[in-house]
This record gives sequence, C-alpha cells and structure tokens, in this order.
Amino acid sequence: MDYFLTDEQKMIVELARKVAQEKIKPVRQEFDESGEFPWEIVKELSQADLMGLYIPQEYGGFGGGVIELCIAVEELCKVDGGIALSLAATALGTFPILLFGTDEQKKKYLPRIAKGEILAAFGLTEPESGSDAGATKTTAKKDGDFYILNGTKCFITNGGVAEVYVIIAMTDKSRGSRGASAFIVEKGTPGFSFGKKENKMGIRASATCELIFQDCKIPKTNLLGKEGAGFIVAMKTLDQSRPGVAAQALGIAAGALDEAVEYAKTRKQFDHPISSFQAIQHILANMATDVEAARALIYSVARAIDKGDKDVSGASAMCKLFASDVAMRVTTDAVQVFGGYGYMKEYPVEKMMRDAKITQIYEGTNQIQRNVIALDLIKKSAKKK
Amino acid sequence: MNIVVLIKQVPATTDVKIDEKTGTLKREGVEAQVNPFDLYAVEEAIRLKEKYTGKVIVLTMGPPQAEKALRECLAMGCDEAVLVSDREFAGSDTWATSYTLAQAIKKIGSYEIILCGKQAIDGDTAQVGPGVAEMLDIPHVAYVKKIEKIGDGKITVERMMEDGYDLIESPVPCLLTVVKEINNPRLPSLRGMMFSKKAEIKHFTAKTVEADKTKLGIAGSPTNVMKVFCPPARTGGERIAGEPSEQAAKIVIKLKEAKII
Repeated sequence: MDYFLTDEQKMIVELARKVAQEKIKPVRQEFDESGEFPWEIVKELSQADLMGLYIPQEYGGFGGGVIELCIAVEELCKVDGGIALSLAATALGTFPILLFGTDEQKKKYLPRIAKGEILAAFGLTEPESGSDAGATKTTAKKDGDFYILNGTKCFITNGGVAEVYVIIAMTDKSRGSRGASAFIVEKGTPGFSFGKKENKMGIRASATCELIFQDCKIPKTNLLGKEGAGFIVAMKTLDQSRPGVAAQALGIAAGALDEAVEYAKTRKQFDHPISSFQAIQHILANMATDVEAARALIYSVARAIDKGDKDVSGASAMCKLFASDVAMRVTTDAVQVFGGYGYMKEYPVEKMMRDAKITQIYEGTNQIQRNVIALDLIKKSAKKK
Repeated sequence: MNIVVLIKQVPATTDVKIDEKTGTLKREGVEAQVNPFDLYAVEEAIRLKEKYTGKVIVLTMGPPQAEKALRECLAMGCDEAVLVSDREFAGSDTWATSYTLAQAIKKIGSYEIILCGKQAIDGDTAQVGPGVAEMLDIPHVAYVKKIEKIGDGKITVERMMEDGYDLIESPVPCLLTVVKEINNPRLPSLRGMMFSKKAEIKHFTAKTVEADKTKLGIAGSPTNVMKVFCPPARTGGERIAGEPSEQAAKIVIKLKEAKII
C-alpha cells in the first residue's frame, strides 16, 4: 500500500533496507547467539546518518520526526528486532532531552547523539517499581549545587553501552508522583555503576542492564525540566516513543510475514506447495491484514505527533498495544506455517517469535497501555459534559 | 588531491542475453548496477580524500541511464560526476572506450590518481583501465590491494600476485586498478543521498572531449566480434537412477572404484 511517503522518507526506507540486508542480515544469528552488543552495526547506522534522524538539524541531526524514526526502525526490524534497538532505545533516552532540555543541555548532548558517537538510555523501571512507576525508590537529594542519587534501576535498554542516561528519581517522596524529577547522568560519574547484564529470551543483541547509584553526585544543571516534573517528563517521553516500539513490533511482524509467504511457496506437501492450501492461505491472509492495520495506525499517529498534536497519549498507547499484539500473533503463526522447521534455529522465524514477546511488555505492558487508553477515554468523556 | 574514478554500469544479473547479429550484450530492460569491482575503487578514492583532502570525480561512459550509477557513487561520497555519452560512442570496443575516457580525463584537467576496478563483470576484459593509462601516457599498476603511502610525487602500492604481492613505487599522476581485498565499500549515507539527488551531473559529448571522430564507436574499434556463442553443454556421463538411498550406495561404489574415496 502507498502511504504517500515523501521522497526523503522513501530514501530513508531504501537506506535502512540496505543496511539491514547487507550489514545486519549476515550477522543477526551470530549476535542473537552471543548476546554481544553490535558495535559494528552501530557504526554502520551512524555512518548512514540514521542515528540522528529525529534530531533537529540545528543540533546536527537530519531534522525528521517520529515518522522518520518509525519507518527506519520498521525496516531494520524486518531483519532483526534486537540490533535496531541501539537506535530505538537511544531515541527513548533522547526524547526527554529534546522535549524538556535547556538549550545548553541540548547543545551538549544532541550533536554527539545525532552523529552516533554516543548512545542514550532512559531509566524509569526499578526492581520493585515496574508498572507502578509511582513506587520509584531511587532518590535524588539536593546538596548545594548538586544532587546526590541513590538507588537501582533495572532492565535498562542500552544500559552499560550508552553514555547518557535520563533517570527518574524522587526529589520529594512526600509529594508522591509529583515528587519525582528527571536527571541527565553521564556514564563515568563517580557513584554510578552497572549491575548484571541480563540474559534474555529475545532481543539478545540489545544490551539490558542494571544501573546502580551509590551517592552519585551530579551537578544541578543536569536536572531535566523542573523539580517535581519527573513523571510528566516520563509520560510525555513515552507518548513520543511508543510509536517507535510499535514500529519495532511492526517490523518484526512484517519480516515474519515475508518469510512465511516465501516458505509457503517453496515447501511442498501432498505434491503441492503449501501456499496452495486454503488452511495456509487463511493464516497468511490474517497475518497480512494484521500487519497492514498496524502500519496504518502507527503511521497516522506518528504523523499526528509530528504535526504537533498534543493529545496523543491514548492513540500512542493504541499503536504500541495493537502492533505488539500483532507481532506476537504474526510471528507465532509464521512459526506454524514453517511447521517443525520453524521451531529450529536454522530458520529465522523462531528468533522473530522470541523477539516479538518483549514488545508486549516493555515501555509499559499492554495491560498498562489499556489503562492509558481507558483513562484517556474517560477523561475526554468527562470533558464533554 | 584530485582523484578520478572510472566506473561502469553493468547488468545486475548473470542472466544476460546476447544479440546474435552484433555479438554484443542486450542491455535493454535489464536491472543495472555499478560494476561491483568499481565500488572498491570508489571507496578507496573517498578514503584518500578523507585522508589527504581534495575531491573525487566519478566518471563513466555509457547511455543516459548510466547517470543512475553515477548518482549512487555521489551518495557514497564522491564530489562530482561526469557522464560521457554520445551516440557516436556506440559499439566502442576496449580500445575506443579507453581513447574516449582518456579524452574526457584530459578535459577534466588536473588529477593525481585515477582509480578503476580491476575489471567489469560483464565483459571481464580488464583492459580499459590500463588502456586509459597508455592513452594518457601515465604509468599504471593493476590489481592493487593496498595503497601504502602517497607523497613527494610518488605513490607506493601493493600489487596482488598469485603467490604474495609486489611492492611497487610509481610516480604520480598514475592509474591504479584495484582488487576487492583493498577495502570494504561503504553504504551510502542519508546526507549523501540527498546531495546525490540534487547534484548536477556534467555531460560530455564527442564534441566536448574534442575527440578524433575516426577513433570513436564501432568505426573506431579495431576489435571485430566474429561470433559469440555458448560452448556446447557437456554430454556423456552416467546417470544414476533410483531411490536416494540406492543412488547414494551406487555412487559410493563408483567413487571407490575410481579411487576418489
């Protein structure tokens, strides 16, 4: 289907496809098995100018928005849903700086991120505070011109490999969710260390790591937004970033669909290609319909965000919810179409199924997405009266 | 340092048809690509530019649609592109092509190094690079796998041989043809693609390059293709029939008889 991409956007798709096919595809299985971080691919993405897609030109980026990020992530994830996270999770860590950073903060970090010299990450989740973000235990205590951070963040994508971290910590516990603030913490700051690197089911080429803060002293100029605005920073960031996760899910699903169609045409049983059987055709038809619907939703929401629509929480959550459920369904069906071969690591679809699962969980579980959507509905209904 | 890269647009398939009348390749309707060996030359040129500063001019002789190949090279990081195109060039053999390209390079003027891929994957002659050097009366080194250093009007390169390599020093300007061992060509960048899309490509005709018309195209080509044919398929041999397991058993016996295993 024609989504009326601009010439520039078509170029982004063409380039991302080239990187995915020529650079990522030959090594995807190796990185999935080793769980090592794909620095060589980060270099390729940087050289191709893809790391700065969504960063304004005045800060050295390409000057695109959420849609440009989404189409690139989708294309990369068709081949590998994990490696592309070096880009997508950096966007998650960069959005808060873009949205709430001062000009100095932007000048300090964005140009290097845009060039791909450094990666970024976002730290909200804690061992005892997942969906219940209000239960954040990490604290930031003001001490003259500094803040002292203490606590642990976990499951942080790009943890350990990123140079810049946006961390949500409590500055005033008595104020509950209004007592949280966002901070920029650089790797190498004394008192900031990394805990264990997680051994994961999928997206294994993406680094997931614990962040530990022990009397970590950061200058007060690293406060992002106002004190007490931490959760607003987090929520606005997630509103922007969810289409990106959705695009990751979409890419994984679209990749699995392509694999399933190709396989069904070549696999023969009962003397015929299995693509000639209605049983298989209907599975493929459902997969394709799901993928197209997810794409249409994501592109629409991404464009709305880029046009400056402020009221996107519900729609952005819908993207993430729908596309990730689609990814899980479509990759599971792809394995089914492949039959026994699909279950084997020799074929790419088992990895796609493992990679798909995380998209239903991170950046807010799909249950939390439904809460966001429902809350948005109820709020809007109340306003009508 | 000015570097000129010579590239060729070739069919992006191994399944090309031959025009039985003229004995040349049928190029119509076939997907085209930059000759893969030329990409190594483009990459090396860009690396030299990054190291020594200067500009990279990519040049090709071909039909108007060869402009696409030039734009791909601009997207990788070349600075200027020249398309040498004229009906008078049609049917050129390697001699006439070398002559035409050499004339075009003379028109460009100053250059230190000319880089080419070791050969094109369609004709596989490997003659045009060295041919151009002869026409320009400059030295050339073929099959270069490494550029060691450039300076003081000299260049030191490693030339790949079957059993090792030669270390060669040559005065510049000179022409090098490169092998795939020399580097790993980069992909285009987004900025490169944007630049490439808008970049103006210079067009050189027979008139622009001030060519001697008797040396152009099919009339200026000393090569006469008498006949092009596919070698007959090998005949004979023995077919082993049966179920896969039987076939395997029979072939093992045969191989043992032939003392291959």
